[in-house]
Amino acid sequence: MAGCCRVLLTVLLLVGSTLVTAADITARQAWIRLLPGSLPAAGYLQLVNRGTQTVRLTGVQGTAFAAIEIHESSEQSGVARMRRVESLAIPAGKTVALKPLGYHLMLFNPVEGLKPGGRVTLTLEFSDASRLPVAFQLRDAAGQ
Amino acid sequence: MRRHCNRLWGMALLLILVAGCERSPSPWVLHDISGLMPPLEFTLHDGSGQTRSEKDYRGDRVLLYFGYTHCPDICPTTLAKLVSAVHQTGKAAERTRILFVSVDPARDTTDVLQHYGQAFGPQVTALSGTQAQLRALSKRYRVSYGYGKADARGRYEVSHSSAVFIFDRHGSARLLATGADSAKKISTDLKRLAAE
Repeated sequence: MAGCCRVLLTVLLLVGSTLVTAADITARQAWIRLLPGSLPAAGYLQLVNRGTQTVRLTGVQGTAFAAIEIHESSEQSGVARMRRVESLAIPAGKTVALKPLGYHLMLFNPVEGLKPGGRVTLTLEFSDASRLPVAFQLRDAAGQ
Repeated sequence: MRRHCNRLWGMALLLILVAGCERSPSPWVLHDISGLMPPLEFTLHDGSGQTRSEKDYRGDRVLLYFGYTHCPDICPTTLAKLVSAVHQTGKAAERTRILFVSVDPARDTTDVLQHYGQAFGPQVTALSGTQAQLRALSKRYRVSYGYGKADARGRYEVSHSSAVFIFDRHGSARLLATGADSAKKISTDLKRLAAE
């Protein structure tokens, strides 16, 4: 009976988790570059879409930062720029990399006490209303 | 007559050799800017508020890069690459300085500059200055910078040059690295510069 309950509980948990996470999107190599003091940090990761539909990353939530935005860096004619993007498409069957000198998460006003070597969980929000919690590894200014 | 002929042949050979030298590719991996940019010269301040000029770095090879500290991606990625390049030069790293010039003096106070430079290690010095000082320096090296519109929270982006100017130990402008140049390419030329 106890074993049966455990199985039922596991099934319920599994069902529950698929409801709140992005079933088709997985994240890997997630890390954050911390800068000194309250300077904004940058978040990087790879998003893999194993589904058959394009899914858009529409937002990121996390209590470790005052605000989180999706940004894109670019370099044209020797001038470096950064701009905010509202959302980022992850096409079906593709991997989209948020990486240095390209798309990245701009993480404003980190809370005190974040240190390289630690971890922070951010929740990614997608256009299909799914959410995906991702553990980001914290690294220093040089990305070490 | 024969001697005269020999001399002519000798001159012809010399001309061929000189012409050959002129056509040979540049020995540098990066862009050679010798004679195209003026020598290192600036007046700025460091993280302790002390005035700094090119005289403080005489005898050092200098890598000059413009940016701002509220830049979480391009600036730290570039600085980390430059630090890695300098480390790869071995003993020459001791006399090589990376000068990060913030073109955002409104937010980059001395305190911010101090901590920012330290975060990248002893090779990096973060500097800034008044708008007049920054304009003079950016004009000297023909680069530009500008400020985007502030959002509701007062946050704004800054556009800046992606160029890294490399000066030899005499302060002469020698090389230009761009965002696409790897740490390995930069270190190859820094080693060559150190061997002069």
